[in-house]
Amino acid sequence: MAVVTEFQKAAYVAGQAADARVNVEIEAEGMTLNIGPQHPATHGTLRIVVRLDGEQVVWAEPVCGYMHRGYEKLTEVRTYPQVTTLVNRIDWLGSFANEVPFILAAEKLMDVEAPPRAQWIRTALFELGRLANITLFLGDMGVQLGALTPVFYAFRDREHVLNLIEAATGGRFHPNYDRIGGLKEDLPKGWVTEVKSAMSRIRTFCDEMEDLLVGNEIFETRTRGIGLVPAAVGLEYGLSGANIRASGVDWDIRRDEDSPLAWKHCDWKVWTHPDGDCFARYWVRLQEVREATKIVEQLLDGLPSGPIQAKVPRIIKVPAGEAWVHTDNPLGEMGYYVVSKGGLGPFRTKIRTPSFSNISILPWLLRGVYVPDVITILASLYFILGDIDR
Amino acid sequence: MAADAAAGEEAAAGGTPEAESPAAQATATTEAPAPVDERRQPWLEALQAELGEALVGHEIAGGDVWVRVDSRAWRRAVVACRDRLGCDYFCFLSGLDWKADVDLAAEKVWDPEAQPSAPAAGANGGYRTGVAGGDTRFQVFARLFSTSAKVGITLKADLDEEDPRVESIVSLYRGAEWHEREAWEMLGFTFDGHPGLRHIYLPGEFEGHPLRKDFPLLSRDVKPWPGLVDVEAMPGEPEGGGDAEGADAEGAGAEGGEG
Repeated sequence: MAVVTEFQKAAYVAGQAADARVNVEIEAEGMTLNIGPQHPATHGTLRIVVRLDGEQVVWAEPVCGYMHRGYEKLTEVRTYPQVTTLVNRIDWLGSFANEVPFILAAEKLMDVEAPPRAQWIRTALFELGRLANITLFLGDMGVQLGALTPVFYAFRDREHVLNLIEAATGGRFHPNYDRIGGLKEDLPKGWVTEVKSAMSRIRTFCDEMEDLLVGNEIFETRTRGIGLVPAAVGLEYGLSGANIRASGVDWDIRRDEDSPLAWKHCDWKVWTHPDGDCFARYWVRLQEVREATKIVEQLLDGLPSGPIQAKVPRIIKVPAGEAWVHTDNPLGEMGYYVVSKGGLGPFRTKIRTPSFSNISILPWLLRGVYVPDVITILASLYFILGDIDR
Repeated sequence: MAADAAAGEEAAAGGTPEAESPAAQATATTEAPAPVDERRQPWLEALQAELGEALVGHEIAGGDVWVRVDSRAWRRAVVACRDRLGCDYFCFLSGLDWKADVDLAAEKVWDPEAQPSAPAAGANGGYRTGVAGGDTRFQVFARLFSTSAKVGITLKADLDEEDPRVESIVSLYRGAEWHEREAWEMLGFTFDGHPGLRHIYLPGEFEGHPLRKDFPLLSRDVKPWPGLVDVEAMPGEPEGGGDAEGADAEGAGAEGGEG
């Protein structure tokens, strides 16, 4: 399989080289271009240095660290409950999803399990975080290709999701709602009905995106066959989530791992796409949003009653040990490796963020592509700067 | 349950020398207090067969497997995981510093039962290490995953305190390049054979290795932990109980952020 895909990659580069033969004949010296740190395609401050031969990239190097906040070090001087405040600033678009694996890791070490109702609400909010995150991607991808309309639709409909998150947690972007052993508080009255109507709006939004972009000839020409990631190479670089499912790898941590969260009680599907190009990554995320709306609806239909908080001591001390918990976050596999020495705060936390690994493939992936395709590829890999730099 | 375990053992132990008869295995499983992890035990046995003496520590607990190897066999262990166990996905690589953070611990959070940490005397030079053990101050650890078997493994290796050095695995997993650069700048580990160890997050002229325990967190030196001083009393509790509230979760965190 690796041989064929390497061949595809080579054929793609060769085809582009043929197109650019005129550049080769001129034998230009080459030019170095800085994309970013303030380029809109980078969603923040990522700088990519590319060396160009004509319109083609011959060498690319992402420069990160403009937003490095040292969260791994900071967790060492925080107590366990305080860490959620830090980590929901990692991927700020789907921030509740950042809190969950950390709390689960602490619960695993403490051997505490939250009551079923808390787990179901956690899962529902996790998926709402996914919706808030990926709906923006679905619109943003259009902007990067010159289609302005989708992003306004995306902002309009994401607002419904953010309002729901705010109603339940008190924060639009930084909920800080997850607690060791449960949740901060129960859901507000009438929330479940509101969610249902928002979910149908999001599904309409997905149909609109399908009409506006997926069937659009320009969109297809700009994305099909661009930025091919063969499955074996993607896995070697640590690509995860929708990025690797778009290369045909049928792997979703939500389905494949035994987690205390409530995905196992829902009926949903993991979509993959065999192509591994920018179009596939867009398409897979579009389906992922649709599935997420189904998950949320099923969770709220079957929401168990009961307490939302297990019995935990007032001052939380986590027994010595090491735990690794990962979840399939909106951007990919996010995990926390928590080392405890029995104190009030973690001794060491390794935060494995999806975007860091997702963009580490760029030097390989950008070689030989045209400058406008650089933007398409960056947008389709979909990263959040806080998630790269931590 | 016992029969399943035996079947799993048998299938996976195919190539290993210490394959036992299914019957013996079944009795062992029924007698053992903790159930055998049917998916991870074969992995451990395969690695034991492959690495022999170089595998110095291991643990299977809570649905996870840790294997500690000699640092000279680090690359060999990764090759074994990739080729024998089918780990196709590179998750992360990082490092641990087991030095007790005495300086930080004193001021970091209010702890009613805080005890001055006395270095434990012993063979491991006084470092209280974690799962699968450890003999030195530094440990490099990496996590690999098999997307077909849906099982992951954490590999660890002890590194020398004076010269933490280990072979690079970039030629095995290209994704390790950035992770090794990060471990190089944050913990000061050297990876032999890495194509270009240079800063990834920090500016080029940065000195020191921030994730080492002896690297001071300067903002804490300049200003004491806010949770210790400016804390409002909880409703219904007498004034002056500030210290006790300070350690407790979100109140302190929020104050700190604004102050």
